[in-house]
Amino acid sequence: MIALGLLILTAVLLLGGIFLRRRYPGAFRPIEAYERLNRAVGLAVESGTRLHISIGRGNLFTTRGASALAALAMLRKLSERTSLSDRPPVVTSGDASLAILSQDTLQAGYRAAAAEEQYRPSTGRLTGLTPFSYAAGTVPITRDENVSTNVFIGDFGPESALLAEAAERENSTVIAASDNISAQSVFYASSQDPLIGEELFAAGAYVGAGAAHDASLTVQDILRWLIIIVILIGALLKFVSGAI
Amino acid sequence: MRVLATVLAMAAGLIVLLGYFYPIEPLLQLRFLFTYWAMIFAAMAVLIGIYNLVAVHMEKIRTRQKNAAYGGVLVLSLIITFGYGLVFGPDDVLMRGAMDAIIVPVEASLMAILAVTLIYASIRLFRRRVDVMSVLFLIAAIFFLIAMMPTPFGPIPGDQALLQFIGMFSRGGARGLLLGIALGTLLTGLRVIFGVDRPYGGN
Repeated sequence: MIALGLLILTAVLLLGGIFLRRRYPGAFRPIEAYERLNRAVGLAVESGTRLHISIGRGNLFTTRGASALAALAMLRKLSERTSLSDRPPVVTSGDASLAILSQDTLQAGYRAAAAEEQYRPSTGRLTGLTPFSYAAGTVPITRDENVSTNVFIGDFGPESALLAEAAERENSTVIAASDNISAQSVFYASSQDPLIGEELFAAGAYVGAGAAHDASLTVQDILRWLIIIVILIGALLKFVSGAI
Repeated sequence: MRVLATVLAMAAGLIVLLGYFYPIEPLLQLRFLFTYWAMIFAAMAVLIGIYNLVAVHMEKIRTRQKNAAYGGVLVLSLIITFGYGLVFGPDDVLMRGAMDAIIVPVEASLMAILAVTLIYASIRLFRRRVDVMSVLFLIAAIFFLIAMMPTPFGPIPGDQALLQFIGMFSRGGARGLLLGIALGTLLTGLRVIFGVDRPYGGN
């Protein structure tokens, strides 16, 4: 019952938030990694280098799929912005369904930029079906395909260290976020501006994916405060009941 | 067509979600049916994904790109194991041998490289970023390593107390991160169910 209540509350807040954000666009705190990403996208287009976006191996049947969906929302916007580049962005993933969705999302971005004829299905790639085969298949792309910026956003495991290390060795910009705690600690140690926790889900809002993403961030903040209040009240009640 | 895809996706998402909260017979049946279909689609997606993998590497070979030879090895191995597996099944001795003698050792080697890579990344952390959080991160990592590693003299005195003490902070932090991720997951799911985010149908 609590779960259903929370779901309904979130849905109402989200719909209300979308309505409000369409009328009154919000301003968000600067996140260095996303600012760097926005700069890197522009630089990649100008310098004729490539953007490599790796969306992890989050299975869409599990809750891990949500990080992949957030990455796809970001990809949609990035592909639209980079579609006119001499070197189109390459997207890699470690899950077959995700690879198909990434191709579809890339194509949608090209279509939105009126450049659909430039879309190549081979730019959305499945590089492996196990964590390490995925990493082994992705590393050569960071090395051989004139990549200037690597974006690792999605569900990764410890194998993300191999990806981050390969990108670092090529002196390319690394923007990394994951929903997995191990991968977050790996990215914290190996990237310049790590994205921690739910900052991954802010990707859409920070690349301009629309009012729904802006509203999501606001709702996340509201719910976070609600949870903090509930935890504090719970702790206080436990303390008081223990004292009595 | 795009509208139809969106309507179908939203309807399927809502029915499966309702099936979780109201486990009445028709909703449950629909939920299982949709999940079953999704599993079949996912299996088909693997085949399409493998086709994509082969196509990318064939293009590399055709256009004589850098390291195309590795692509050739991959395609050849894939065709041989796929064909052999289709004829003799996955339980065949040679198929199991290929798994035990090639895939497992290769992945184990990558795991070993991973350990070195992680140590190297930790060492370089201070070159990249010197702040309080980085110092705390490394101190916590070193304490955990010392407390958990096996030694020739047996357990280090007080290691469990140390693990318990530092674990209190790291577990609290991890729970905070997981709560944030859960909220992000919830909102991403709702955006897809409401049809606001449509990572399908070329939208």
